[in-house]
Amino acid sequence: MPNSLAVRTQSLCRHYQMGEALVRAVDGISIDIGAGEFVALLGASGSGKSSLLNLIAGLDRPTSGAVIVQGNNLAALSREQLAKYRLHTVGMVFQSFNLIPSMSLLENVELPMRFAEVDRRERSALARQSLERVGLSGRLAHRPTELSGGEQQRASLARALINHPKLLLADEPTGNLDSRTGTEIMELLHSFNQSLGMTVLMVTHEQALAEKYAGRMLHLADGKLVDDVTNNDVRNDDVRNISSVEASAPRGETP
Amino acid sequence: MKFYDVTDLAVRNLRESVFRNSLTTIGISVGVASLVAMLSLGIGLQQLASRRLQKSGLFDTIVATSRRDLRNFREQRDDGPPPAESPALDEPARKKIEEIPGVVEAYPDIRFVTELRFDDKPHLTMVAGVPFSAKSNNDAFDGMQGSFFSAEAVPEVILQKSFAEELLGIKPKPGASNPDSNIAELAKPLLGKELTMRYAERTASPSASPTASPTTTGPGDRGPSDAAAYSVVSREQALKIVGVTDLDPDSMRGTARARVFLPLKLAQDLHVMQSNLRDTSASDSPSYTSLSVRVGNPNQVPAVEDAIKKMGFSAFSIVDATRSMRQFFAVLDGFLAIFGSLALAVASIGIVNTLVMAILERRREIGIMKALGASDADVRGLFFAEAGAMGLVGGAVGVTFGWALGRLINFAMNIYLERQHFPPAEIWSVPLWLVLSAIAFSIVVSLLSGLYPAARAARLDPVQALRYE
Repeated sequence: MPNSLAVRTQSLCRHYQMGEALVRAVDGISIDIGAGEFVALLGASGSGKSSLLNLIAGLDRPTSGAVIVQGNNLAALSREQLAKYRLHTVGMVFQSFNLIPSMSLLENVELPMRFAEVDRRERSALARQSLERVGLSGRLAHRPTELSGGEQQRASLARALINHPKLLLADEPTGNLDSRTGTEIMELLHSFNQSLGMTVLMVTHEQALAEKYAGRMLHLADGKLVDDVTNNDVRNDDVRNISSVEASAPRGETP
Repeated sequence: MKFYDVTDLAVRNLRESVFRNSLTTIGISVGVASLVAMLSLGIGLQQLASRRLQKSGLFDTIVATSRRDLRNFREQRDDGPPPAESPALDEPARKKIEEIPGVVEAYPDIRFVTELRFDDKPHLTMVAGVPFSAKSNNDAFDGMQGSFFSAEAVPEVILQKSFAEELLGIKPKPGASNPDSNIAELAKPLLGKELTMRYAERTASPSASPTASPTTTGPGDRGPSDAAAYSVVSREQALKIVGVTDLDPDSMRGTARARVFLPLKLAQDLHVMQSNLRDTSASDSPSYTSLSVRVGNPNQVPAVEDAIKKMGFSAFSIVDATRSMRQFFAVLDGFLAIFGSLALAVASIGIVNTLVMAILERRREIGIMKALGASDADVRGLFFAEAGAMGLVGGAVGVTFGWALGRLINFAMNIYLERQHFPPAEIWSVPLWLVLSAIAFSIVVSLLSGLYPAARAARLDPVQALRYE
């Protein structure tokens, strides 16, 4: 079990005004997530999972309350500081992969390092390593549209990990994938959580996947935390090494 | 982000929408081309006018006169010594003036009205001495028929077109010289022929020559060397016509302008008596009514003028007139620049439009970059770089367009000038500073146009942008 705190939210609220109605997307959520935890955020559509994830990612600001990551209250950070936080502390994986279509996989993975002003040669070597780690060493020059959904999501994972974040946030990473490919992605997430000690917070609809991989499940409804379940059944002792993940990754998938 | 990365991403983005960005860049090019075309026309015209006026002596000539001359009808000045105590404008003074920094030469202004006989017919006109240096610095002699004086003191003469017409009995229309008469045809029967100039020589001794008839004497008023009385003797001098000039080398003299030109050295040697009886003397130390002081750079005219005044002489230049001319061209250039900039202003709206469209198209991409850690400054810099790159390419292409357009107009204008019997002229000038300024201006305008789109892109909410499909 984790021994230090990675994320803490205190009475976190994010309310939107939609016309005359006030939407309480996140409504007073207080949670503590320990370093190295694999946490799944579950709930129906509109329950506030993605809104909570965006607040923790520093993409959005709370209406009230606090998000504390590594001792910093994100609500008090400037735009510039939030950008640095997203660059160095957080890695993000999206449901729709969000790779830039005009760039090759290598360039996509290099992109965060451009913002971090990493030297050209160094970032190319790191990006190659990262893509190798997710089994895409043969696809460096391909553009995202030339890849399958699974491959795109693996590239997206490689990009999320490139700046060695402490916190990996995944917004329905398997939502656009078939179950087999989804499982592969979950295996990767699980392995990074186990091997790198990275805290993973994942939004998902899929209870089965959450139960299989997440050590803790937070259930949200109407912007409120309704259940916080520790999953003792999750395997944490049979993590396959990354090379075996690569070996099992399907090759030559068509987009 | 590092400069290289910003540039690299900007160029990549521009290549992604190559057609639209090319159209925008062409818009900028047209704007820059029109600006360059207008300004080069203004600069070319200014240079053309400056060349002509500089060679005519309007810009670089100061007329220095002695204050001792009581017939000098210029207004009495408060500064400097009174007329009686002013120094004489003699040869030592001429040499001293020539030593003033910036002065190229100072020569006596010799002009007199006299009778010239051609084919036994008398013609009365103003004759002026021309320094030998005028061969290269007075463009009135550039396109003339015949040739300039062969040496400094030869008995040769150059005629102005209107006097040539008079000699040949061609009657000019009232108030203007006959524009239809061809200078080459005028010169043909005159070149190499002789004119006889009858003039009044002023001699030092009362009656040295038996042919001389003293006509007048006057008191000496020029110091000890010049104290003796003088005589005026009627003389004749044969002069060979070597050139006929179309333009007027003496145009700045107004109504006193000469129509016949002698070598200055010859005019000095002849000791012709001039109208105010004070001019060239037969003595060893001549004293002059006025000196023409030519200055190397028109900008030095005021300084040289002051120096001459400090020496106790009156000095006159038309630097004020040149200032007015420069002011006129500054205003003309301003107007041309404004008209030229209008096209660039329209092009800048094109840049704004293109970049705003790019924001809409790349909204999601901007959201992704922000989610990955791009700061507002990174996003802003990227859009600035795209605007700047369009400005740079548009500026460079525009300058090339503008230059080509200028050459074309110059070519067409010279065909027109040739048909109007004018010499060809370079009315187009694209100096290096204009090329660099136009490109810099294009980049600045493009960056200014990129201000709003860049700020808008930087402010984009990443959550909204990522939600956008």
